[in-house]
Amino acid sequence: MSNETHANSASNLEKVLKAGEFAFTGELGPPRGTDTKEVREKAKFLKGNVDSVNITDNQTAVVRMSSWAASLLIMEEGLEPNYQMVCRDRNRLAMQADILGGSAMGIRNMLCLSGDHQQFGDHPDAKGVFDIDSTQLIALVKQMRDEGIFLSGGEIEHPPKMFIGAASNPFAEPYEWRVNRLAKKIEAGADFIQTQCIYNMERFREFIHVANEEGLTEKVYILAGVTPMKSVGMARYMKSKVPGMDVPDGIIDRLKGVDKGKVADEGIKIACEQIQEFKEMKGVHGVHMMAIEWEHKVPEIAEMAKVLPRPDYR
Amino acid sequence: MIVADRKPFAEIKELLHGYTKVLNVGCGTCVSVCLTGGEKEVNVLNTELEMSRRLDDDPIDIHGYTVERQCDREYLAELDSIIKEEKFDALLSMACGVGIQFLAERYPDIPTFPAVDTSGLAVNQAVGWYEERCRSCSQCVLGHTGGICPITLCAKGLLNGPCGGTNKGSCEISEKQPCAWSRIYYRLAGQKRLDAIKGINTTRGWKDQAPRDLIQPGYKKPESMTK
Repeated sequence: MSNETHANSASNLEKVLKAGEFAFTGELGPPRGTDTKEVREKAKFLKGNVDSVNITDNQTAVVRMSSWAASLLIMEEGLEPNYQMVCRDRNRLAMQADILGGSAMGIRNMLCLSGDHQQFGDHPDAKGVFDIDSTQLIALVKQMRDEGIFLSGGEIEHPPKMFIGAASNPFAEPYEWRVNRLAKKIEAGADFIQTQCIYNMERFREFIHVANEEGLTEKVYILAGVTPMKSVGMARYMKSKVPGMDVPDGIIDRLKGVDKGKVADEGIKIACEQIQEFKEMKGVHGVHMMAIEWEHKVPEIAEMAKVLPRPDYR
Repeated sequence: MIVADRKPFAEIKELLHGYTKVLNVGCGTCVSVCLTGGEKEVNVLNTELEMSRRLDDDPIDIHGYTVERQCDREYLAELDSIIKEEKFDALLSMACGVGIQFLAERYPDIPTFPAVDTSGLAVNQAVGWYEERCRSCSQCVLGHTGGICPITLCAKGLLNGPCGGTNKGSCEISEKQPCAWSRIYYRLAGQKRLDAIKGINTTRGWKDQAPRDLIQPGYKKPESMTK
């Protein structure tokens, strides 16, 4: 792994990956209100079971407590946040201000995303900002961190420290272009990648194979996205209603094939089988566990997936 | 051309509430081609307004006149004598937003109201079907994107697409909306020009965030109009 460009962000996640450990990250959605208890409750289930926790940023274009605020809350609970930032809601001034603020308060990881279109959310008439796109946001953070300058070229007195993350979706067409887009994000400055939820293992194997061939997995850490299915309904919904999601019929058939009371267990079993394969897959450096509104299951999943105990480099 | 859609009748009626002598000015160019604001549409709207106000026992004396182009002073001048003679208490315009403003500017003492919502720069795909193609961003990227505009046709205006929401060739916002970046990819692949989008597009300056003038070389603003 060529890590020369990484700026020693003091991120635990960065240290885990640099040490060659198989990373395991989690996710937490902030509440639709000001209740800090809800964040702290969810955080308890993740503590000690993951290396870093993605804090979503108005996920699915629905207003929630701001990502940086929830990031600070979980830091108080002893967790390391991965501050998600979408291009939909902020222009470059607000982005740079939040990067400075986040870094000043001790946030050390960021995930740079375009963001779901506002039409999906609770304010469909909102103006989508998209001043810059996700690839340009990655380059922006890198420039601020490594060169110590704003997008405008102005000097930053104390540049931010950030371990820079980006997303990749191997399952959205055109498939042939997905590795190229990954390459563009790496060129822009991504240190690590978290992928879309993986269900179609065959297509993911092909994606990683090409990324390995192109030498990309030598330049970036790739965390494979896993979301355990809770029910047959969830699997059907993901298959038909979530753009860019690829759920093979085999997954749905497998969930349908067990007793009603055991579908969730089967979902977790499938996830653990995937994690086992990812551990052995060349070019995959960890797993990003998106247990959506299922944080309390993470300790059990982490145990079953044999990713415990987590190393702590802080 | 510039396309526009007629406002809902109730909204137009509300805008004209309290006015009794109105001139509805159509435009014979773009909005006429897109079947929204030409002579025919002026007559239809005027008839609707007359009938509706009569039923309300609040009659309106509404006249119609369609000029060749409302964005051109030469054609607007035709209205001077009519407006002077008839003493309208309001003007209604069925031109695009540009024409409406130019009309309002020429007769600043008379309230001027829009009868249409202007919706973009579009092509005529088939009779009655107009598709937006340009956001007039002042920074054309079509040379790199296979002649398909990502600013207009990608719902997120991405310069380094396609995003992860591409859904079997459609945009995440609707199955009926093709993904602009998928189309860009396949067109460039067909031309063996994918290199055009392999590099990071760093175009970052929005040139449409303040009012724009276009003054061609060798020309200048008339002295009387510089402020």
